[in-house]
Amino acid sequence: MSDEKTLDLLEAKIQELRELNKVDGLDLSAEISKLEKKLAQMRTELYANLADWERVRIARNTKRPYALDYIGAIFPGFYELHGDRMCGDDRALLTGFAELDGRKVAIIAQQKGRDPAENKERYFGMARPQGYRKATRMMHLAERFRFPIISLIDTPGAYPGLESEEKNIGGAIAASILSMLEIEVPTIAVIIGEGGSGGAVAIGAADRVLMLENGIFSVISPEGAAAILWKSKERVKEAAASLKLTAPELLDMGVIDEVIPEPLGGAHKDIVQTASALKQGLIHHLDELSEKTIDEIMAARYERYRDVGRYSTLSD
Amino acid sequence: MPIFKDKQYFRVKLDKEADESLWLQCKSCGELVFKRRVRENNNICPNCGEYFFLTAKERIESLIDEGSFEDVSRPIIADDPLGFQDEKAYPQRLEEAQQKTGLPSAIILASASISQMPSVIGVMEFQFIGGSMGSVMGEQICHGMEEAIRRHCAFILVSSSGGARIQEGIFALLQMVKTTAVRARLARERLPFISVMTYPTTGGVLASIASLGDIIIAEKGAMIGFAGRRVIKETIAEELPKNFQTDAFALEHGIIDRVVKREDLRSELTSVLKFFQEEKKR
Ligand SMILES: [Zn+2]
Repeated sequence: MSDEKTLDLLEAKIQELRELNKVDGLDLSAEISKLEKKLAQMRTELYANLADWERVRIARNTKRPYALDYIGAIFPGFYELHGDRMCGDDRALLTGFAELDGRKVAIIAQQKGRDPAENKERYFGMARPQGYRKATRMMHLAERFRFPIISLIDTPGAYPGLESEEKNIGGAIAASILSMLEIEVPTIAVIIGEGGSGGAVAIGAADRVLMLENGIFSVISPEGAAAILWKSKERVKEAAASLKLTAPELLDMGVIDEVIPEPLGGAHKDIVQTASALKQGLIHHLDELSEKTIDEIMAARYERYRDVGRYSTLSD
Repeated sequence: MPIFKDKQYFRVKLDKEADESLWLQCKSCGELVFKRRVRENNNICPNCGEYFFLTAKERIESLIDEGSFEDVSRPIIADDPLGFQDEKAYPQRLEEAQQKTGLPSAIILASASISQMPSVIGVMEFQFIGGSMGSVMGEQICHGMEEAIRRHCAFILVSSSGGARIQEGIFALLQMVKTTAVRARLARERLPFISVMTYPTTGGVLASIASLGDIIIAEKGAMIGFAGRRVIKETIAEELPKNFQTDAFALEHGIIDRVVKREDLRSELTSVLKFFQEEKKR
Protein backbone atom coordinates (compact mmCIF):
# COMPACT_ATOMS: atom_id res chain seq x y z
CA MET A 1 0.00 0.00 0.00
CA SER A 2 1.06 3.54 -0.48
CA ASP A 3 1.30 6.98 1.03
CA GLU A 4 2.20 10.31 -0.56
CA LYS A 5 5.93 9.72 0.01
CA THR A 6 6.03 6.37 -1.78
CA LEU A 7 4.16 7.91 -4.70
CA ASP A 8 6.73 10.71 -4.93
CA LEU A 9 9.56 8.19 -4.79
CA LEU A 10 8.04 6.08 -7.52
CA GLU A 11 7.47 9.13 -9.66
CA ALA A 12 11.13 10.13 -9.29
CA LYS A 13 12.21 6.60 -10.27
CA ILE A 14 10.06 6.74 -13.40
CA GLN A 15 11.61 10.09 -14.29
CA GLU A 16 15.07 8.55 -13.91
CA LEU A 17 14.11 5.74 -16.27
CA ARG A 18 12.78 8.23 -18.78
CA GLU A 19 16.17 9.97 -18.75
CA LEU A 20 17.95 6.63 -19.21
CA ASN A 21 15.62 5.74 -22.03
CA LYS A 22 17.02 8.58 -24.08
CA VAL A 23 20.49 7.04 -23.91
CA ASP A 24 21.09 5.08 -27.08
CA GLY A 25 20.75 1.33 -27.16
CA LEU A 26 18.44 1.20 -24.14
CA ASP A 27 14.74 0.55 -24.62
CA LEU A 28 12.97 0.83 -21.31
CA SER A 29 9.57 1.91 -22.58
CA ALA A 30 7.89 -1.34 -21.53
CA GLU A 31 9.17 -0.98 -17.97
CA ILE A 32 8.23 2.67 -17.90
CA SER A 33 4.69 2.10 -19.04
CA LYS A 34 4.33 -0.70 -16.48
CA LEU A 35 5.50 1.57 -13.69
CA GLU A 36 3.27 4.40 -14.89
CA LYS A 37 0.28 2.12 -14.70
CA LYS A 38 1.30 1.03 -11.22
CA LEU A 39 1.67 4.65 -10.15
CA ALA A 40 -1.79 5.54 -11.44
CA GLN A 41 -3.27 2.57 -9.61
CA MET A 42 -1.52 3.49 -6.38
CA ARG A 43 -2.75 7.03 -6.67
CA THR A 44 -6.38 5.92 -7.07
CA GLU A 45 -6.00 3.67 -4.07
CA LEU A 46 -4.52 6.44 -2.02
CA TYR A 47 -7.40 8.79 -2.70
CA ALA A 48 -9.92 6.07 -2.07
CA ASN A 49 -8.20 5.53 1.28
CA LEU A 50 -8.34 9.18 2.12
CA ALA A 51 -12.01 9.23 1.26
CA ASP A 52 -12.80 6.43 3.73
CA TRP A 53 -10.64 7.89 6.46
CA GLU A 54 -12.19 11.31 5.82
CA ARG A 55 -15.61 9.82 6.48
CA VAL A 56 -14.37 8.25 9.70
CA ARG A 57 -13.25 11.70 10.77
CA ILE A 58 -16.58 13.25 9.83
CA ALA A 59 -18.47 10.47 11.64
CA ARG A 60 -16.45 11.31 14.76
CA ASN A 61 -16.52 15.08 14.35
CA THR A 62 -17.46 16.55 17.73
CA LYS A 63 -19.63 19.15 15.99
CA ARG A 64 -21.70 16.38 14.43
CA PRO A 65 -25.35 16.15 15.54
CA TYR A 66 -25.85 13.49 18.20
CA ALA A 67 -28.91 11.39 18.94
CA LEU A 68 -30.53 13.99 21.19
CA ASP A 69 -30.18 16.61 18.44
CA TYR A 70 -32.15 14.43 16.04
CA ILE A 71 -34.62 13.50 18.77
CA GLY A 72 -35.16 17.20 19.46
CA ALA A 73 -35.77 17.88 15.77
CA ILE A 74 -37.82 14.80 14.87
CA PHE A 75 -39.47 13.67 18.13
CA PRO A 76 -40.20 16.80 20.16
CA GLY A 77 -42.36 14.98 22.73
CA PHE A 78 -39.65 12.43 23.64
CA TYR A 79 -40.48 10.91 27.03
CA GLU A 80 -37.40 9.28 28.51
CA LEU A 81 -37.46 6.07 30.56
CA HIS A 82 -34.27 5.68 32.56
CA GLY A 83 -34.26 2.34 34.29
CA ASP A 84 -32.69 -0.96 33.34
CA ARG A 85 -34.53 -2.33 36.43
CA MET A 86 -31.35 -4.02 37.52
CA CYS A 87 -28.44 -1.89 38.51
CA GLY A 88 -28.14 1.50 36.88
CA ASP A 89 -29.04 4.22 34.39
CA ASP A 90 -26.58 4.21 31.52
CA ARG A 91 -26.35 7.73 30.11
CA ALA A 92 -24.66 6.48 26.93
CA LEU A 93 -27.82 4.67 25.90
CA LEU A 94 -31.21 6.32 26.23
CA THR A 95 -34.67 4.85 25.83
CA GLY A 96 -38.13 6.37 25.73
CA PHE A 97 -41.42 6.93 23.95
CA ALA A 98 -42.07 9.41 21.17
CA GLU A 99 -44.33 10.13 18.22
CA LEU A 100 -43.30 10.05 14.59
CA ASP A 101 -45.73 11.82 12.29
CA GLY A 102 -48.62 10.93 14.61
CA ARG A 103 -47.51 7.35 15.25
CA LYS A 104 -46.36 6.10 18.63
CA VAL A 105 -42.84 4.68 18.58
CA ALA A 106 -40.22 3.51 21.06
CA ILE A 107 -36.75 5.03 20.83
CA ILE A 108 -33.42 3.43 21.71
CA ALA A 109 -30.54 5.83 21.19
CA GLN A 110 -26.81 6.00 21.83
CA GLN A 111 -25.64 9.40 22.99
CA LYS A 112 -22.14 10.89 23.06
CA GLY A 113 -21.10 13.90 25.13
CA ARG A 114 -20.30 17.37 23.81
CA ASP A 115 -17.79 18.43 26.45
CA PRO A 116 -15.45 16.66 28.89
CA ALA A 117 -18.00 16.74 31.72
CA GLU A 118 -20.76 15.29 29.57
CA ASN A 119 -18.37 12.73 28.10
CA LYS A 120 -17.51 11.60 31.59
CA GLU A 121 -21.19 11.07 32.29
CA ARG A 122 -21.81 9.38 28.93
CA TYR A 123 -18.57 7.37 28.73
CA PHE A 124 -17.91 8.86 25.27
CA GLY A 125 -20.99 7.09 24.00
CA MET A 126 -19.82 3.63 25.06
CA ALA A 127 -22.68 1.77 26.72
CA ARG A 128 -22.16 -0.65 29.59
CA PRO A 129 -24.21 -3.80 30.32
CA GLN A 130 -26.85 -1.70 32.09
CA GLY A 131 -27.32 0.22 28.82
CA TYR A 132 -27.93 -2.92 26.80
CA ARG A 133 -30.23 -4.29 29.50
CA LYS A 134 -32.18 -1.04 29.41
CA ALA A 135 -32.45 -1.43 25.62
CA THR A 136 -33.64 -5.02 26.02
CA ARG A 137 -36.23 -3.93 28.57
CA MET A 138 -37.46 -1.27 26.14
CA MET A 139 -37.75 -3.79 23.30
CA HIS A 140 -40.07 -5.99 25.33
CA LEU A 141 -42.07 -3.04 26.62
CA ALA A 142 -42.52 -1.80 23.05
CA GLU A 143 -43.58 -5.23 21.89
CA ARG A 144 -46.22 -5.55 24.61
CA PHE A 145 -47.90 -2.35 23.44
CA ARG A 146 -47.14 -2.78 19.72
CA PHE A 147 -44.91 0.27 19.32
CA PRO A 148 -42.45 0.08 16.43
CA ILE A 149 -38.85 0.59 17.50
CA ILE A 150 -36.45 3.15 16.13
CA SER A 151 -32.86 2.83 17.26
CA LEU A 152 -30.28 5.54 16.68
CA ILE A 153 -26.75 4.14 16.68
CA ASP A 154 -23.71 6.24 17.50
CA THR A 155 -20.97 4.52 19.48
CA PRO A 156 -17.27 3.72 19.18
CA GLY A 157 -18.20 0.37 20.74
CA ALA A 158 -19.41 -1.09 24.01
CA TYR A 159 -17.48 0.21 27.01
CA PRO A 160 -14.32 -1.87 27.51
CA GLY A 161 -13.46 -2.04 31.18
CA LEU A 162 -13.61 -3.91 34.44
CA GLU A 163 -17.17 -2.86 35.27
CA SER A 164 -18.42 -4.03 31.86
CA GLU A 165 -16.76 -7.41 32.20
CA GLU A 166 -17.99 -7.88 35.77
CA LYS A 167 -21.55 -7.20 34.66
CA ASN A 168 -21.27 -9.57 31.69
CA ILE A 169 -21.11 -7.24 28.71
CA GLY A 170 -20.87 -10.22 26.34
CA GLY A 171 -24.06 -11.74 27.68
CA ALA A 172 -25.84 -8.37 27.71
CA ILE A 173 -25.04 -7.72 24.04
CA ALA A 174 -26.04 -11.27 23.06
CA ALA A 175 -29.36 -10.91 24.92
CA SER A 176 -29.99 -7.55 23.26
CA ILE A 177 -29.43 -9.02 19.77
CA LEU A 178 -31.72 -11.92 20.63
CA SER A 179 -34.51 -9.60 21.82
CA MET A 180 -34.11 -7.39 18.77
CA LEU A 181 -34.65 -10.47 16.58
CA GLU A 182 -37.57 -11.85 18.58
CA ILE A 183 -39.81 -8.87 19.30
CA GLU A 184 -42.88 -8.87 17.11
CA VAL A 185 -42.97 -5.20 16.14
CA PRO A 186 -41.39 -3.39 13.17
CA THR A 187 -37.83 -2.23 13.85
CA ILE A 188 -35.70 0.41 12.12
CA ALA A 189 -32.08 1.11 12.99
CA VAL A 190 -30.18 4.20 11.84
CA ILE A 191 -26.44 4.63 12.10
CA ILE A 192 -26.19 8.37 12.61
CA GLY A 193 -22.43 8.48 13.34
CA GLU A 194 -20.26 5.61 14.48
CA GLY A 195 -21.55 2.05 14.29
CA GLY A 196 -18.83 0.44 16.35
CA SER A 197 -18.82 -3.35 16.36
CA GLY A 198 -20.83 -5.44 18.84
CA GLY A 199 -21.85 -2.33 20.74
CA ALA A 200 -23.70 -1.13 17.63
CA VAL A 201 -25.04 -4.43 16.34
CA ALA A 202 -26.66 -5.08 19.75
CA ILE A 203 -29.38 -2.56 18.86
CA GLY A 204 -28.91 -2.76 15.09
CA ALA A 205 -30.40 -6.13 14.10
CA ALA A 206 -33.47 -4.44 12.62
CA ASP A 207 -35.93 -4.95 9.74
CA ARG A 208 -34.46 -1.89 8.07
CA VAL A 209 -30.97 -0.53 8.58
CA LEU A 210 -30.35 3.01 7.38
CA MET A 211 -27.17 5.04 7.50
CA LEU A 212 -26.43 8.70 7.32
CA GLU A 213 -24.13 9.40 4.39
CA ASN A 214 -21.07 9.97 6.58
CA GLY A 215 -21.79 7.29 9.10
CA ILE A 216 -19.49 4.30 9.52
CA PHE A 217 -20.34 0.73 10.49
CA SER A 218 -17.54 -1.69 11.20
CA VAL A 219 -16.45 -4.91 12.88
CA ILE A 220 -13.52 -3.03 14.46
CA SER A 221 -12.21 0.53 14.55
CA PRO A 222 -9.57 1.42 11.93
CA GLU A 223 -7.17 1.98 14.85
CA GLY A 224 -7.88 -1.50 16.21
CA ALA A 225 -7.46 -3.15 12.81
CA ALA A 226 -4.23 -1.22 12.16
CA ALA A 227 -2.81 -2.31 15.52
CA ILE A 228 -3.74 -5.98 15.08
CA LEU A 229 -3.17 -6.57 11.36
CA TRP A 230 -0.60 -3.97 10.38
CA LYS A 231 1.03 -3.87 13.83
CA SER A 232 1.18 -0.12 13.43
CA LYS A 233 -1.14 2.65 14.54
CA GLU A 234 0.07 4.75 11.63
CA ARG A 235 -1.79 2.60 9.12
CA VAL A 236 -5.32 3.71 10.03
CA LYS A 237 -6.08 5.10 6.58
CA GLU A 238 -5.36 1.79 4.91
CA ALA A 239 -7.28 -0.03 7.61
CA ALA A 240 -10.28 2.27 7.15
CA ALA A 241 -10.28 1.70 3.38
CA SER A 242 -9.84 -2.06 3.70
CA LEU A 243 -12.73 -2.43 6.13
CA LYS A 244 -15.22 -0.92 3.65
CA LEU A 245 -17.05 0.75 6.48
CA THR A 246 -18.73 3.69 4.71
CA ALA A 247 -22.43 3.97 3.94
CA PRO A 248 -22.09 3.87 0.12
CA GLU A 249 -19.86 0.77 0.31
CA LEU A 250 -22.23 -0.99 2.71
CA LEU A 251 -25.19 -0.14 0.48
CA ASP A 252 -23.29 -1.63 -2.49
CA MET A 253 -22.68 -4.81 -0.52
CA GLY A 254 -26.38 -5.09 0.28
CA VAL A 255 -25.85 -4.80 4.04
CA ILE A 256 -27.92 -1.66 4.57
CA ASP A 257 -31.17 -0.48 2.99
CA GLU A 258 -30.74 3.23 2.43
CA VAL A 259 -28.25 6.06 2.70
CA ILE A 260 -29.68 9.27 4.12
CA PRO A 261 -27.98 12.21 2.37
CA GLU A 262 -26.05 14.82 4.32
CA PRO A 263 -25.17 18.35 3.26
CA LEU A 264 -21.71 18.86 1.72
CA GLY A 265 -19.11 18.76 4.47
CA GLY A 266 -21.27 16.74 6.84
CA ALA A 267 -24.47 16.75 8.90
CA HIS A 268 -23.21 19.50 11.23
CA LYS A 269 -23.27 22.00 8.35
CA ASP A 270 -27.06 21.90 8.39
CA ILE A 271 -28.74 19.99 11.17
CA VAL A 272 -32.26 20.99 10.14
CA GLN A 273 -31.78 19.69 6.62
CA THR A 274 -30.20 16.42 7.81
CA ALA A 275 -32.91 15.83 10.42
CA SER A 276 -35.57 16.46 7.82
CA ALA A 277 -34.02 13.92 5.44
CA LEU A 278 -33.77 11.42 8.28
CA LYS A 279 -37.40 11.99 9.25
CA GLN A 280 -38.52 11.39 5.65
CA GLY A 281 -36.51 8.16 5.56
CA LEU A 282 -37.98 6.93 8.83
CA ILE A 283 -41.54 7.68 7.75
CA HIS A 284 -41.00 6.02 4.40
CA HIS A 285 -39.69 2.78 5.90
CA LEU A 286 -42.20 2.73 8.72
CA ASP A 287 -44.99 3.17 6.15
CA GLU A 288 -43.64 0.26 4.14
CA LEU A 289 -43.34 -1.97 7.18
CA SER A 290 -46.81 -0.98 8.40
CA GLU A 291 -48.32 -2.40 5.23
CA LYS A 292 -47.01 -5.86 6.08
CA THR A 293 -48.43 -8.33 8.58
CA ILE A 294 -46.25 -9.11 11.56
CA ASP A 295 -45.80 -12.67 10.25
CA GLU A 296 -44.43 -11.29 7.00
CA ILE A 297 -42.11 -8.97 8.90
CA MET A 298 -40.82 -11.77 11.13
CA ALA A 299 -40.25 -14.08 8.15
CA ALA A 300 -38.38 -11.40 6.22
CA ARG A 301 -36.30 -10.52 9.28
CA TYR A 302 -35.34 -14.16 9.77
CA GLU A 303 -34.42 -14.60 6.14
CA ARG A 304 -32.37 -11.41 6.10
CA TYR A 305 -30.17 -12.48 8.98
CA ARG A 306 -30.17 -16.23 8.35
CA ASP A 307 -28.68 -15.59 4.92
CA VAL A 308 -26.13 -12.90 5.73
CA GLY A 309 -22.54 -13.74 4.79
CA ARG A 310 -20.38 -14.52 1.76
CA TYR A 311 -18.76 -17.86 1.02
CA SER A 312 -18.19 -20.29 -1.86
CA THR A 313 -19.96 -23.61 -2.17
CA LEU A 314 -18.07 -26.64 -3.46
CA SER A 315 -19.41 -29.99 -4.51
CA ASP A 316 -19.48 -32.62 -1.82
CA MET B 1 0.01 -25.77 -2.70
CA PRO B 2 -3.61 -24.95 -2.06
CA ILE B 3 -5.45 -27.82 -0.46
CA PHE B 4 -9.01 -26.65 -0.72
CA LYS B 5 -8.97 -24.78 -3.98
CA ASP B 6 -10.36 -27.59 -6.11
CA LYS B 7 -14.04 -28.23 -6.59
CA GLN B 8 -14.20 -31.08 -4.13
CA TYR B 9 -14.93 -30.34 -0.49
CA PHE B 10 -12.61 -31.82 2.05
CA ARG B 11 -14.20 -33.85 4.85
CA VAL B 12 -12.55 -34.11 8.22
CA LYS B 13 -11.56 -37.56 9.45
CA LEU B 14 -10.20 -38.37 12.86
CA ASP B 15 -7.33 -40.53 11.62
CA LYS B 16 -4.24 -40.36 13.78
CA GLU B 17 -1.36 -38.79 11.92
CA ALA B 18 2.04 -40.38 12.28
CA ASP B 19 4.02 -38.38 14.81
CA GLU B 20 7.78 -38.58 14.50
CA SER B 21 8.86 -36.98 17.75
CA LEU B 22 8.56 -39.10 20.86
CA TRP B 23 9.17 -36.51 23.52
CA LEU B 24 7.81 -33.13 24.37
CA GLN B 25 9.12 -30.55 26.76
CA CYS B 26 6.49 -29.10 29.12
CA LYS B 27 6.62 -25.30 29.05
CA SER B 28 5.36 -25.15 32.59
CA CYS B 29 7.55 -27.61 34.53
CA GLY B 30 10.32 -28.08 31.96
CA GLU B 31 10.09 -31.88 32.18
CA LEU B 32 10.61 -34.00 29.06
CA VAL B 33 7.44 -36.05 28.84
CA PHE B 34 6.50 -38.97 26.61
CA LYS B 35 4.29 -37.54 23.87
CA ARG B 36 1.94 -40.50 23.64
CA ARG B 37 1.28 -40.33 27.34
CA VAL B 38 0.43 -36.64 27.00
CA ARG B 39 -2.02 -37.39 24.19
CA GLU B 40 -3.68 -40.17 26.13
CA ASN B 41 -3.93 -37.77 29.04
CA ASN B 42 -6.08 -35.17 27.12
CA ASN B 43 -2.95 -33.11 26.42
CA ILE B 44 -2.38 -32.51 30.10
CA CYS B 45 1.19 -32.71 31.40
CA PRO B 46 1.44 -35.99 33.36
CA ASN B 47 4.10 -34.40 35.54
CA CYS B 48 2.63 -31.02 36.58
CA GLY B 49 -0.96 -30.97 35.29
CA GLU B 50 -0.45 -28.08 32.84
CA TYR B 51 -3.02 -28.00 30.01
CA PHE B 52 -1.48 -28.03 26.54
CA PHE B 53 -3.45 -26.64 23.64
CA LEU B 54 -5.87 -29.11 22.11
CA THR B 55 -6.48 -28.92 18.40
CA ALA B 56 -10.13 -29.05 17.36
CA LYS B 57 -9.62 -32.67 16.24
CA GLU B 58 -8.04 -33.66 19.55
CA ARG B 59 -10.77 -31.83 21.43
CA ILE B 60 -13.62 -33.55 19.65
CA GLU B 61 -11.87 -36.88 20.00
CA SER B 62 -11.63 -36.36 23.75
CA LEU B 63 -15.39 -35.74 24.03
CA ILE B 64 -17.18 -38.20 21.77
CA ASP B 65 -17.67 -41.98 21.56
CA GLU B 66 -14.98 -43.63 19.49
CA GLY B 67 -16.08 -44.28 15.91
CA SER B 68 -19.17 -42.06 16.17
CA PHE B 69 -17.66 -39.08 14.34
CA GLU B 70 -19.34 -37.95 11.14
CA ASP B 71 -18.45 -34.64 9.52
CA VAL B 72 -21.78 -32.90 8.80
CA SER B 73 -20.42 -29.51 7.76
CA ARG B 74 -21.69 -27.78 4.63
CA PRO B 75 -19.23 -27.94 1.68
CA ILE B 76 -18.30 -24.26 1.84
CA ILE B 77 -15.06 -22.28 2.04
CA ALA B 78 -14.34 -18.63 2.76
CA ASP B 79 -14.65 -15.90 0.17
CA ASP B 80 -12.76 -12.64 0.24
CA PRO B 81 -15.76 -10.30 0.07
CA LEU B 82 -13.78 -7.12 0.80
CA GLY B 83 -10.66 -8.02 -1.19
CA PHE B 84 -8.89 -7.58 2.12
CA GLN B 85 -5.17 -7.00 2.11
CA ASP B 86 -3.17 -6.12 5.17
CA GLU B 87 0.43 -7.28 5.37
CA LYS B 88 -0.84 -10.38 3.63
CA ALA B 89 -3.76 -10.89 1.28
CA TYR B 90 -6.67 -12.62 3.01
CA PRO B 91 -6.74 -15.59 0.57
CA GLN B 92 -3.09 -16.19 1.40
CA ARG B 93 -3.85 -16.14 5.14
CA LEU B 94 -6.65 -18.62 4.55
CA GLU B 95 -4.42 -20.92 2.59
CA GLU B 96 -1.71 -20.83 5.25
CA ALA B 97 -4.28 -21.57 7.94
CA GLN B 98 -5.57 -24.51 5.91
CA GLN B 99 -2.04 -25.84 5.45
CA LYS B 100 -1.28 -25.42 9.13
CA THR B 101 -4.44 -27.04 10.50
CA GLY B 102 -5.47 -29.40 7.71
CA LEU B 103 -8.98 -28.01 8.06
CA PRO B 104 -11.07 -26.11 5.50
CA SER B 105 -12.20 -23.52 8.08
CA ALA B 106 -11.90 -22.60 11.74
CA ILE B 107 -14.63 -24.98 12.84
CA ILE B 108 -15.27 -28.71 12.76
CA LEU B 109 -18.94 -29.65 12.68
CA ALA B 110 -19.88 -33.21 13.39
CA SER B 111 -22.66 -35.50 14.32
CA ALA B 112 -21.43 -37.74 17.11
CA SER B 113 -22.60 -39.54 20.18
CA ILE B 114 -21.47 -38.88 23.72
CA SER B 115 -22.05 -41.91 25.95
CA GLN B 116 -24.44 -43.22 23.29
CA MET B 117 -26.47 -40.00 23.25
CA PRO B 118 -26.65 -38.33 19.84
CA SER B 119 -25.60 -34.72 19.42
CA VAL B 120 -24.40 -32.24 16.86
CA ILE B 121 -21.15 -30.71 17.98
CA GLY B 122 -19.13 -27.79 16.67
CA VAL B 123 -15.54 -27.26 17.77
CA MET B 124 -13.54 -24.15 16.93
CA GLU B 125 -9.89 -24.38 15.90
CA PHE B 126 -7.91 -21.55 17.47
CA GLN B 127 -4.92 -22.17 15.21
CA PHE B 128 -7.04 -21.24 12.19
CA ILE B 129 -6.72 -17.42 12.20
CA GLY B 130 -7.36 -17.29 15.93
CA GLY B 131 -10.58 -19.28 15.64
CA SER B 132 -12.17 -16.10 14.35
CA MET B 133 -15.79 -16.13 13.20
CA GLY B 134 -16.35 -15.23 9.58
CA SER B 135 -19.14 -16.13 7.17
CA VAL B 136 -18.14 -19.80 7.00
CA MET B 137 -18.04 -20.35 10.74
CA GLY B 138 -21.34 -18.48 11.15
CA GLU B 139 -22.97 -20.62 8.49
CA GLN B 140 -21.59 -23.88 9.94
CA ILE B 141 -22.85 -22.99 13.42
CA CYS B 142 -26.30 -22.22 11.99
CA HIS B 143 -26.24 -25.39 9.91
CA GLY B 144 -25.24 -27.33 13.02
CA MET B 145 -28.22 -26.03 14.97
CA GLU B 146 -30.54 -26.82 12.04
CA GLU B 147 -29.01 -30.28 11.85
CA ALA B 148 -29.73 -30.72 15.58
CA ILE B 149 -33.34 -29.72 14.92
CA ARG B 150 -33.60 -32.24 12.04
CA ARG B 151 -32.08 -35.00 14.17
CA HIS B 152 -33.94 -33.86 17.26
CA CYS B 153 -30.83 -33.85 19.43
CA ALA B 154 -28.70 -31.48 21.48
CA PHE B 155 -26.29 -28.93 20.04
CA ILE B 156 -22.89 -28.48 21.64
CA LEU B 157 -20.50 -25.67 20.70
CA VAL B 158 -16.92 -25.66 21.98
CA SER B 159 -15.61 -22.12 21.56
CA SER B 160 -11.98 -21.11 21.16
CA SER B 161 -11.95 -17.80 19.39
CA GLY B 162 -10.44 -14.34 19.32
CA GLY B 163 -13.77 -12.95 18.07
CA ALA B 164 -15.02 -11.79 14.69
CA ARG B 165 -12.78 -12.20 11.63
CA ILE B 166 -11.58 -8.71 10.82
CA GLN B 167 -10.76 -9.57 7.19
CA GLU B 168 -14.44 -10.20 6.46
CA GLY B 169 -15.47 -6.85 7.90
CA ILE B 170 -19.16 -6.21 8.27
CA PHE B 171 -20.05 -9.75 7.15
CA ALA B 172 -18.11 -11.12 10.12
CA LEU B 173 -19.83 -8.71 12.50
CA LEU B 174 -23.25 -9.77 11.22
CA GLN B 175 -22.52 -13.44 11.98
CA MET B 176 -23.30 -12.46 15.57
CA VAL B 177 -26.85 -11.72 14.47
CA LYS B 178 -27.07 -14.70 12.16
CA THR B 179 -26.09 -17.30 14.75
CA THR B 180 -28.39 -15.66 17.30
CA ALA B 181 -31.33 -15.86 14.87
CA VAL B 182 -30.94 -19.61 14.42
CA ARG B 183 -30.25 -20.10 18.12
CA ALA B 184 -33.77 -18.72 18.76
CA ARG B 185 -35.19 -21.45 16.49
CA LEU B 186 -33.37 -24.16 18.42
CA ALA B 187 -34.88 -22.79 21.63
CA ARG B 188 -38.34 -22.91 20.14
CA GLU B 189 -37.82 -26.61 19.41
CA ARG B 190 -36.88 -27.11 23.08
CA LEU B 191 -33.59 -28.72 22.16
CA PRO B 192 -30.70 -28.09 24.55
CA PHE B 193 -27.75 -25.94 23.53
CA ILE B 194 -24.65 -26.49 25.65
CA SER B 195 -22.00 -23.84 25.23
CA VAL B 196 -18.49 -24.90 26.26
CA MET B 197 -16.06 -22.01 26.64
CA THR B 198 -12.37 -22.85 26.39
CA TYR B 199 -9.24 -20.75 26.09
CA PRO B 200 -10.03 -18.16 24.75
CA THR B 201 -13.70 -17.21 24.31
CA THR B 202 -13.77 -13.53 23.48
CA GLY B 203 -15.15 -10.62 21.45
CA GLY B 204 -17.96 -11.19 19.00
CA VAL B 205 -18.19 -14.92 19.70
CA LEU B 206 -18.66 -14.27 23.41
CA ALA B 207 -21.08 -11.40 22.72
CA SER B 208 -23.37 -13.65 20.67
CA ILE B 209 -23.71 -17.40 20.30
CA ALA B 210 -21.32 -18.54 23.08
CA SER B 211 -23.22 -16.55 25.72
CA LEU B 212 -26.59 -17.94 24.64
CA GLY B 213 -26.20 -21.53 25.86
CA ASP B 214 -28.95 -23.07 27.96
CA ILE B 215 -26.01 -24.26 29.99
CA ILE B 216 -22.62 -22.59 29.84
CA ILE B 217 -19.64 -24.65 30.95
CA ALA B 218 -16.12 -23.26 31.04
CA GLU B 219 -13.08 -25.46 30.87
CA LYS B 220 -10.67 -24.82 33.71
CA GLY B 221 -8.07 -22.35 32.52
CA ALA B 222 -10.40 -20.74 29.99
CA MET B 223 -10.10 -17.05 29.22
CA ILE B 224 -13.50 -15.41 28.95
CA GLY B 225 -13.85 -11.75 28.12
CA PHE B 226 -15.36 -9.25 25.72
CA ALA B 227 -12.52 -6.76 25.35
CA GLY B 228 -8.87 -7.72 25.51
CA ARG B 229 -6.58 -6.49 28.28
CA ARG B 230 -4.66 -4.40 25.76
CA VAL B 231 -7.77 -2.62 24.47
CA ILE B 232 -8.95 -1.90 28.01
CA LYS B 233 -5.58 -0.55 29.07
CA GLU B 234 -5.33 1.65 25.99
CA THR B 235 -8.89 2.94 26.13
CA ILE B 236 -9.25 3.63 29.81
CA ALA B 237 -5.94 2.85 31.52
CA GLU B 238 -7.62 0.89 34.29
CA GLU B 239 -5.91 -1.35 36.84
CA LEU B 240 -7.22 -4.86 36.36
CA PRO B 241 -7.41 -7.59 39.01
CA LYS B 242 -5.16 -10.63 38.72
CA ASN B 243 -7.99 -13.04 38.05
CA PHE B 244 -9.51 -10.76 35.37
CA GLN B 245 -11.33 -12.72 32.63
CA THR B 246 -10.38 -16.10 34.10
CA ASP B 247 -12.80 -19.00 34.56
CA ALA B 248 -13.01 -18.11 38.26
CA PHE B 249 -13.84 -14.47 37.44
CA ALA B 250 -16.59 -15.55 35.03
CA LEU B 251 -18.06 -17.93 37.60
CA GLU B 252 -17.93 -15.37 40.40
CA HIS B 253 -19.78 -12.80 38.27
CA GLY B 254 -22.51 -15.13 37.09
CA ILE B 255 -21.36 -15.18 33.47
CA ILE B 256 -21.14 -18.99 33.30
CA ASP B 257 -22.73 -21.94 35.11
CA ARG B 258 -19.86 -24.22 35.91
CA VAL B 259 -16.09 -24.65 35.66
CA VAL B 260 -14.97 -28.15 34.71
CA LYS B 261 -11.54 -29.74 34.49
CA ARG B 262 -10.55 -30.94 31.05
CA GLU B 263 -10.45 -34.57 32.11
CA ASP B 264 -14.02 -34.30 33.45
CA LEU B 265 -15.62 -32.53 30.47
CA ARG B 266 -16.85 -35.67 28.79
CA SER B 267 -18.58 -37.02 31.89
CA GLU B 268 -19.99 -33.55 32.59
CA LEU B 269 -21.52 -33.40 29.09
CA THR B 270 -22.84 -36.92 29.61
CA SER B 271 -24.68 -35.88 32.79
CA VAL B 272 -26.17 -32.77 31.22
CA LEU B 273 -27.28 -34.60 28.07
CA LYS B 274 -28.77 -37.38 30.14
CA PHE B 275 -30.72 -34.93 32.25
CA PHE B 276 -32.22 -33.23 29.22
CA GLN B 277 -32.90 -36.53 27.52
CA GLU B 278 -34.79 -38.01 30.45
CA GLU B 279 -36.72 -34.78 30.76
CA LYS B 280 -37.78 -35.11 27.13
CA LYS B 281 -39.35 -38.57 27.50
CA ARG B 282 -42.11 -37.47 29.84
ZN1 LIG C 1 4.55 -30.07 33.14
